[in-house]
Amino acid sequence: MTPDTSQIVFEGVSKFYGEVLGVNKVSFSLHPGITSLVGPNGSGKTTLMNLLTGLIRPSQGAIYVLGLTPQQPIEFFRQVGYCTQFDSFPPGTNGYDFIYWPLRLHGFGHGQAAKLANEALERAGMAQVARRKVAGYSKGMRQRIRLAQAIAHHPSVLVLDEPLNGLDPMARAESIALFEAIAKQGMHVIISSHILEEVDRISDRVVLMSSGYVVAEGQIKEVRREVRDHPMQILVRCSNAARLAAAAFELDHVVEAKILNDGHGVLVRTRDAEQFYLLLNKIVSGGLVQVDAVAPADDDVNSIYQYLIGSDGGPA
Amino acid sequence: MSAQDLVARAQKWSKEQPWRLYGSQVSILVRNEVRRNLFTRRRIWIYLLALVPALIILTHVIIDRHEPAGPAQIETDTQVLAGIVQLYYFRLGIFFACMAIFTWLFRGEMVERTLHYQFLVPVKREVLVVGKFLAGAVVAIALFETAVLACFGLMYSRFGSAGKAYVFDGPGLGQLGSYLLVTALACLGYGAVFLALSLLFKNPIIPGVVIMGWEAIAPIFPAWAQLLSVTFYLKHLCPVNLPITGPLAIFTIVAEPAPASVAILGLVCLTIAILFLSCFLIHRLEITYTAE
Repeated sequence: MTPDTSQIVFEGVSKFYGEVLGVNKVSFSLHPGITSLVGPNGSGKTTLMNLLTGLIRPSQGAIYVLGLTPQQPIEFFRQVGYCTQFDSFPPGTNGYDFIYWPLRLHGFGHGQAAKLANEALERAGMAQVARRKVAGYSKGMRQRIRLAQAIAHHPSVLVLDEPLNGLDPMARAESIALFEAIAKQGMHVIISSHILEEVDRISDRVVLMSSGYVVAEGQIKEVRREVRDHPMQILVRCSNAARLAAAAFELDHVVEAKILNDGHGVLVRTRDAEQFYLLLNKIVSGGLVQVDAVAPADDDVNSIYQYLIGSDGGPA
Repeated sequence: MSAQDLVARAQKWSKEQPWRLYGSQVSILVRNEVRRNLFTRRRIWIYLLALVPALIILTHVIIDRHEPAGPAQIETDTQVLAGIVQLYYFRLGIFFACMAIFTWLFRGEMVERTLHYQFLVPVKREVLVVGKFLAGAVVAIALFETAVLACFGLMYSRFGSAGKAYVFDGPGLGQLGSYLLVTALACLGYGAVFLALSLLFKNPIIPGVVIMGWEAIAPIFPAWAQLLSVTFYLKHLCPVNLPITGPLAIFTIVAEPAPASVAILGLVCLTIAILFLSCFLIHRLEITYTAE
């Protein structure tokens, strides 16, 4: 089979560290855009990223990144940038050299490498401190200089392991804007993060992991729909909440309809959201209830994480 | 598959390789590694290891400067110099320095958790092995050639005009050339061995001690087994023979002396074969810092 040159493909990938399971039988393919790997500590997110970039080899299965494998390093690493979680740097290096020399290894001449290094430093907000030794950087600065190195050669696939760790809110917002801008250019951005609110806001799709297995994968709303054990929560802000709650209760698939404390809305839990929306349309068109707002209350990453993995999504 | 097909395939493969890129990558790796390996405080003990004989000779020159130094003494000192090079440098100095320099090239980066940066750039791992090996070789050769040169210079300088005549009109200069060549070959041979050991073992010290033992007892093994010893090739290239003394002498099997060209070629082939092994081993290496 010819590997797809626009996707990242995992085909039955397993990784064992001796007796210990890293990831098991992982199969999925990713399209361009922002994909978040979400899961608790030890769930296999970093293992998956290390497999993707060839830092470790799969015990079974195959991985293709835009049709390439890490066994073709020259072509592969021109397409891939990886900002790892390892907070270590070559001794004595400064920020500029840390970006410049890898660019030279890419085959760029001095002028081009210097230009790309300065551009990456600018994008990561590190231009002012580029000539300082990395050993003197704060944790956030070290995070950003690694990010600058990962993006410097304009990769098509950017892999970021906990890229928001250690960043202050301003730097975090800037980094997210940078990821979104990169994704908008049609590139792959793969992020692992435990800050679920931010993952939810920026991700096009999620890969939920637990104990080395992929428990769900896809667009957040699709994944939520697949989680049938947990009825969907829909919040309706409206007048005459009691009337809506009574009507909702007549439907078999509605398991709960709770009037909000202020009396101006209902929180409905239903196993069939589509049917509930049809009922809501009927009630509204009948003039019985005036609806101000309707919104799913639990189709975010945090809720899916809690339903599927069963914890509060603490730091991964 | 016929030999012609094989040759055609090899030619096709060779034409497809970006040799210019490989060359520039190797030169960048060498530059960065030399900076990292040569100019660090961590390396001070290696400088001392290399320069201790020169310092001892210097002390000797200063203390004994009033003693008469005739031509007979030149012969004695030539034997002393041969002993310094063959017994100290080959068996201890270059051996331990190469162990420190070459095992640190990859294993050190694992310990410092920086090897992943080398694996995340568009560089073939074979190129990485060659670049790092050459960097280690540059450091080791520069250091020990300087040390041997210093020993040689100090040894004959105290003889004044007789020493000058021995060096420039006698066999001195040829001996110096041989020592420098042998020193460089020793650095390459031991360097390749220790680079491979660092890729085979998490702690290459114990296998290093085994290699040291092998190099010491290799002369008592049959001639064919001696071909696997670095010292075997070096010994045949040394300009001054040292008599084998001590208890091992009765077990020693004197192998047929190899011509210089064969000895050089043999050691270079041994080095290349070990480097090929390293290129194979580097592909098995994974970034698992927690296991270090």
